[in-house]
Amino acid sequence: MLIVIARRIANVVPTLAAVIALIFLLFSVLPGSFISGMSEEGRTIDPAVMERMRKEMGLDDPLPTRFAKYVTHVATGDLGTSFRTREPVTTLIGPRIWPSLKLVFAAMTFAIGVGVTLGFFAALKPGSLIDTFSMVGAISGLSLSQFWFGLMLMYLFALKLQWLPSFGYGDGGLTHIILPAVALGVGPMALLARTTRAAVLDVLNADFVRTARSKGMSERRVVTWHVLRNALVLVVTIVGLQFGSLMGQAVVVEKLFAWPGIGSLMVDSVFQRDMPAVQGCILMIVLFFLVINTLVDLAYVAIDPRIRYS
Amino acid sequence: MRKLVWLAVAGLAVLGAATASAQTTPRKGGTIRMTAPYAASFGSLDFHTTPRAQDEIVGKSLNRTLYNFDSSTNKLVLELATSVTASPDGLVHTFKLRQDAYFHNGRKMTADDIIWSYTRIMDGAKAYPGARYVRLIKGAIDVEKGTAKEISGLKKIDDFTLEMTITDITDPGFYFFDGTTAILPKEEVEKPNFANNPVGLGPFKFKEHIPGSRVVLERFDKFYKPGKPYADRIVVQLMAEAAARDVAFRNKEIDTSILGPAQYVAYRADPELSKGILEVAEMFTRSMRMNPEFKPFADKRVRQAINYAIDTDLIIKRLVKDKAYRATSWLPLSSPSFDKAVKPYAYDPEKAKKLLADAGYANGFEFEWTTSQNESWGLPIVEAVIPMLAKVGIKAKPKLIETTVLTDVIIKGDFQAVISSSLTGPDSLAQLRCFYSKTPRSACNYVTFNNPAFDKLLDDAGQTTDAAKRVDLLRQANNILYEEAPVWFFNYNKAVLAYQPWIHGLQANPTEITHQYTEDLWVDEKSPAK
Repeated sequence: MLIVIARRIANVVPTLAAVIALIFLLFSVLPGSFISGMSEEGRTIDPAVMERMRKEMGLDDPLPTRFAKYVTHVATGDLGTSFRTREPVTTLIGPRIWPSLKLVFAAMTFAIGVGVTLGFFAALKPGSLIDTFSMVGAISGLSLSQFWFGLMLMYLFALKLQWLPSFGYGDGGLTHIILPAVALGVGPMALLARTTRAAVLDVLNADFVRTARSKGMSERRVVTWHVLRNALVLVVTIVGLQFGSLMGQAVVVEKLFAWPGIGSLMVDSVFQRDMPAVQGCILMIVLFFLVINTLVDLAYVAIDPRIRYS
Repeated sequence: MRKLVWLAVAGLAVLGAATASAQTTPRKGGTIRMTAPYAASFGSLDFHTTPRAQDEIVGKSLNRTLYNFDSSTNKLVLELATSVTASPDGLVHTFKLRQDAYFHNGRKMTADDIIWSYTRIMDGAKAYPGARYVRLIKGAIDVEKGTAKEISGLKKIDDFTLEMTITDITDPGFYFFDGTTAILPKEEVEKPNFANNPVGLGPFKFKEHIPGSRVVLERFDKFYKPGKPYADRIVVQLMAEAAARDVAFRNKEIDTSILGPAQYVAYRADPELSKGILEVAEMFTRSMRMNPEFKPFADKRVRQAINYAIDTDLIIKRLVKDKAYRATSWLPLSSPSFDKAVKPYAYDPEKAKKLLADAGYANGFEFEWTTSQNESWGLPIVEAVIPMLAKVGIKAKPKLIETTVLTDVIIKGDFQAVISSSLTGPDSLAQLRCFYSKTPRSACNYVTFNNPAFDKLLDDAGQTTDAAKRVDLLRQANNILYEEAPVWFFNYNKAVLAYQPWIHGLQANPTEITHQYTEDLWVDEKSPAK
């Protein structure tokens, strides 16, 4: 197992290197700069100050020089200094990680809890009312815009029913996280419902299930012992992929609900061309994706002992 | 019986009067919940480092500057000084400072703090945005260049008397009311984590900042205005999404919310919400700049023709939903040099055609119109204007760019025409200098305007110490801009702030409506926030 982990970590390094190079080059060719972005709505910045700032931030250095500096710093764990706050990027990102993780975990808990349950029961009774209901829900969930759905949740549960606050982080408690988590989790929930249904249906028709039934095994034991476990491999793959990418997808929801995660920081930094902060945010999101996927790979071995990484 | 009825009526009247009186008497305590609507985060809470309007929403509560903008009179007033006397030549100003201003760490403010703050701002290596204002003081540039360590134009007479020598004849208030020139305590700023634990002179002290979520401030009991501030706490909540703000406001979770055009219509139509709308003509002029390097725009008649060809009132009514005031010339309505006698360009396509023909463009011409996506001064406006220009033979091709890139394009002069919003106050002289021939494009003369008569008026205005005469000279200069039409004069922004019925003391601040002097705000007992 340790060899598998070591190999996975070794695979992460070139991926990260490619991401770092790509992000740096992409944002270098993007028009506009942090300094010009400071001149919002006619509050122009003094040209002399602009020039000094460009110098101080190293924006006038040639691209290879800037890239070399950036890579050297990243290699030592230094993500640079934010143009906007003049603080280290790690200080900027630090307080955002926990709210982001909380939101992603809450969204995935909702997605797994509702999606897998719906998909499972829909597959056990194909063509039934629950199957139709689940699949209509799944297709709707997949096609819903997070922004629109989030607003509808706010309207219903905050404005009309007055059950939950409409926005904000509050004290970080449950009441504030429910609406953003549902808005973020509805897409993965729908995908998981469809995937679980398909996986369970597939396993239900497999030879070993028929054999188990013919041996006189109870239907409950067939379903929980054979069907569920075998269907889980595919479900875990989807969970892993969704989990990893959810932090990046959270941008819209974080902004809508004023949730202080990495996504909203990244969007703000992009608009203000705070490149060190953008690069830091993307790096964190990619790192999270890679870690989750490595964990998923390891989970396969635990779920299905037949899987071996040579 | 009749007597009893009269007694009851009189009693009710007295009770009513007492209730009304109670409502107008500020209540101590409570929490004010404001919103920061311009981004999903704050830049910095070290206010010397950030020029953003978003950050200054918090800055107005935490910090104080030498001057203050009084929204009720539209004038700059002394804030950290009790009096100022100017020398006959208008260049030396002696300030008697307040002796009751304390920093949140308990230390009394003295002249040394002002000198230290302004000197810090001029640190050339740091490029602080407030340097553009402090540069007015004699010797400040030397500090910026590193050839001096002290600003020679700042002299401490005693702890509470400060002498300031400036280089131009102007009201220093225009320069030292901006949040980037806040007076900060040296001993706190020099601590490593100052931006996360800011200390200032304002009515509220720092309590908490959850990055990306909110800033919480608490009442500062040693604030120098007796009995103020009224509220116990201020929460400034980051809310960049207008739709989310709308739900939160209707749900009574926030006390104030800035409105866009669509919401403005909805709130005005609502019988309840319409009772809590604060409007002000902000000092922003929206316009289409015409670059004279593009041949047709070098001709005044063409520029005037464009002003005549566009039905500006219709666009303001239909697209901007009346959330703007029609622009006449460059200076905004609140400027003392705004000339009420001048009427905006009328919608007159026939006159536009004639002017174009006179200029040699009877068959029209084609130009590229650079624009951002902004709903009030961007692509939607451009798209509405295109058919109007087409009627007089002018073909406009929109070129869409991101708002962040707009400044770069304008500074480089990389446009034929560009629509944008410009700060045009409160210093009318400084704003008109953006059309002074010696002002470089990189500074703000983006249309490389050159008119000797205009220059002369500005020179005279800059040399007179007679305030009334200066206002008149600037009025004449502004009227030259009207005549020369270097831009299509579109509108002056109408900023709209929705507020809950329990919040009182809001100011219609034309420099930026979200910037409230929070010591004057109070909430009555109906506020749901404790």
